[in-house]
Amino acid sequence: MQKELIKGNEAVVKGAILAGCSQYYGYPITPASEIAQAASRYLPPVGGTFIQAESEVAAINMVYGAASAGMRALTASSGPGISLKQEGLSYIAAAELPCVVVDVMRAGPGLGNIWPEQGDYHQVVWGGGHGNYKCVVLAPNCAQEMCDLTMLAFDLADKYRNPAIVLADGYVGQMMEPVVFPHKRVKVPRRDWALYGDAESKRNVISSIHMSTESLEKHNNKLQGKYAEMERSEVRFQEIKTEDADLVLVGYGIVSRLLQSVVEMLRAEGKRVGLLRPITLFPFCSKRLSELTTQGKHFLVVELSNGQMLKDVQLATKEATPIHFYNRMGGAVPSVDELANVARKYVK
Amino acid sequence: MASNVLKKAESFFDHFERWRPTQNQTTHYCPGCGHGNAHKLIAEALDDLGLADRSILVSPVGCSVFAYYYFDVGNVQAAHGRAPAVATGLKRSHPQSIVMTYQGDGDLASIGGLEILHAANRGENMTVFFINNAIYGMTGGQMAATSLIGMKTTTSPYGRSVENDGWPLRVCELLATLPAPVYIERCHLADAKGIMSCRKAVKKAIKNQADGKGFSFVEILAPCPTGWKMTPLEAEKWVKEKMIPYYPIQVFKDESATREGRFPQPREVADDELWKALDLGLFGETHPYDEPFVKNFSTTHFKFAGFGGQGVLTGGVILAAAGMQENLEVSWIPSYGPEMRGGTANASVVLSKDPIGSPLVVNPDVLVAMNDPSLDSFEDTVRPGGIVFVNSSIIARKLRRSDVDVIYVPLTDIAAEQGLTAGANAVLLGALMEYTKLLPIATIKEIIPLGIKRKQLIDANLRLVDAGVEWIQNNVKGRKQSVTVPPSKQTAATPVMFPEK
Repeated sequence: MQKELIKGNEAVVKGAILAGCSQYYGYPITPASEIAQAASRYLPPVGGTFIQAESEVAAINMVYGAASAGMRALTASSGPGISLKQEGLSYIAAAELPCVVVDVMRAGPGLGNIWPEQGDYHQVVWGGGHGNYKCVVLAPNCAQEMCDLTMLAFDLADKYRNPAIVLADGYVGQMMEPVVFPHKRVKVPRRDWALYGDAESKRNVISSIHMSTESLEKHNNKLQGKYAEMERSEVRFQEIKTEDADLVLVGYGIVSRLLQSVVEMLRAEGKRVGLLRPITLFPFCSKRLSELTTQGKHFLVVELSNGQMLKDVQLATKEATPIHFYNRMGGAVPSVDELANVARKYVK
Repeated sequence: MASNVLKKAESFFDHFERWRPTQNQTTHYCPGCGHGNAHKLIAEALDDLGLADRSILVSPVGCSVFAYYYFDVGNVQAAHGRAPAVATGLKRSHPQSIVMTYQGDGDLASIGGLEILHAANRGENMTVFFINNAIYGMTGGQMAATSLIGMKTTTSPYGRSVENDGWPLRVCELLATLPAPVYIERCHLADAKGIMSCRKAVKKAIKNQADGKGFSFVEILAPCPTGWKMTPLEAEKWVKEKMIPYYPIQVFKDESATREGRFPQPREVADDELWKALDLGLFGETHPYDEPFVKNFSTTHFKFAGFGGQGVLTGGVILAAAGMQENLEVSWIPSYGPEMRGGTANASVVLSKDPIGSPLVVNPDVLVAMNDPSLDSFEDTVRPGGIVFVNSSIIARKLRRSDVDVIYVPLTDIAAEQGLTAGANAVLLGALMEYTKLLPIATIKEIIPLGIKRKQLIDANLRLVDAGVEWIQNNVKGRKQSVTVPPSKQTAATPVMFPEK
């Protein structure tokens, strides 16, 4: 088997190109810069476009333009840059354009630092820009998934004509692991709604303005319908040893890798611990959490934030069984031993 | 020509049904507004040039957000100020298309200041129409960057003052300082003569794009009778008497005649070419699966630490890659950011037969310390019974601990003897593998050349690996620990066993 030892951030770009992405518009920021660097290296030789935009705002609007043109387009950033892209994301969601945005989270708020955190959950999963829109959000936890979920993000973005965000963190982006790339590439079909600069497409209008309240309410309801469909069809998660677990650890991204080790460690001690790892953060695995609650399982949510995903777990379970919470912030990442000690408190 | 001026342009819809189903032959613009004339000039130019089918108009936020009601061309509506960025994405996607932005002064000269500056500076092959009426029309007559000194607006009720608001912005003059734009002209719509010269400018700006000549910019001084609280005639007079003296009607730059046209062609690459261009297959096939080796492999956590420039990060990558080629699960995670540049750097590497949970190495089984700060930082973190490789060329002190196996090896000196001081990491890999027997030396030597471009450096680095191996053979007699190691891969001597964790 052919494997590449590659950084998560670079796997994003190769995956994107294999997924038919031909357009990258971005702005450098640690710890996401390798995505722009790899795009600048790999896209032009294969006929694609790389532009280092003048700002994050410009980058997302260039993506808006390329998506209007029917292309698969990508941009990437980290927290401060994602904040700036929110205007564009609202317009893209409203105009029903597909695109993929990668957020390699760093620690905030403000300038913060460059170490991993998960403090962008709210601005990415719950919105961030203005208006009633949602983005599909996928959370990889290894380099292979940086490739695979980027490719999936393009498919979901197209399927729903909606932005899809790959929400990674500094460690998942910076980490090198073996990746097996698919030995085929996606051909992007002509889309009947896009603009190609030809007679056939010139009657298409890409816009998010609806002057009448009736028209805008109807449009909003249409968008909500798409989000409801995503919640029915696109929920993805991974479970490890949850069947007989008394305590289910819940975490995504790099945290889920730590929790995986915690499960191994505590299982070796005979403790019934499992892991639920959300892969899609929107749509969220609320139904599965609710089922686990019915089975009487307790939860330990671990996050590198002030409990942003915790809110979603509380909503899903209605707090019918105890939910414990442990977090680190500011770029600090807990050790496996530290987490195991926390978990031991909540399981016999 | 004359007949074109009198009848409705083909590039307009006959009926503006996108606006409203009936009474749809007029526009939504106010009487005396400049947009009607500006739209007409663009539509006529597209007719004249036969370019409507290829055209995409990017409309702004402002009264002309509804340009798509009228123009029978591709239409994209952009966020306030962002039209040049949106147009960049469109044009780069479809270089054969004719992409125009149509922007007001609030849009282009204020909130979109950066986007227009950089689109112009990149010389995007696009056409920008800048409608300057010195006021925010649609939002209700607020002050614009281009409002004149003393001008009363709903946000400058006492008149625009230089002290508070600065000077009215002359955009053409600013952009004309850039080398990239091909054509920049300011014209006006205040009388028939002005409109006729504006017509020529609009057409030239579009034609330039079709001819591949680059960024063309036409500023159009336009009346806004409603915003200015004037009659249409008063407004025309105001353009002439107040605006033109501050905003001179002028060609600021015109290299249309001398510029070479550029016509980027879309390029499709074959699958094989794509695969190659993406550097896939760099490592080739992994080695044949050696079941006893993999099954018996004991998960090992490494920490490589040293100065930036000592190759500690790269050393870790080579080890991980060699592990991957031997069908192990591997992960490598660096310290990143400022630490990569001159300070101390470290990398965590995990080799395992099982999928790796945490890739972060907190308590390494093997610590490689290339300099003093690294040893100081990580000595206490090593698991009891673990191994510490100390670069004794640089680190003078001994370990404080006695519960670990320590090898003091003069890595930098050995590398320097071979004339390649920067190759201490290659010496290390040889020594480390010879001592631990974790992976075959041959696999390490297979990986090293993949990351080196200069042929002579490849040979030198491979010699350094051998030098590391020899140093262990000559200087380390007997290991502290006993061994269970990869049976089929071990080469000799006593391998190392890591204590149960």
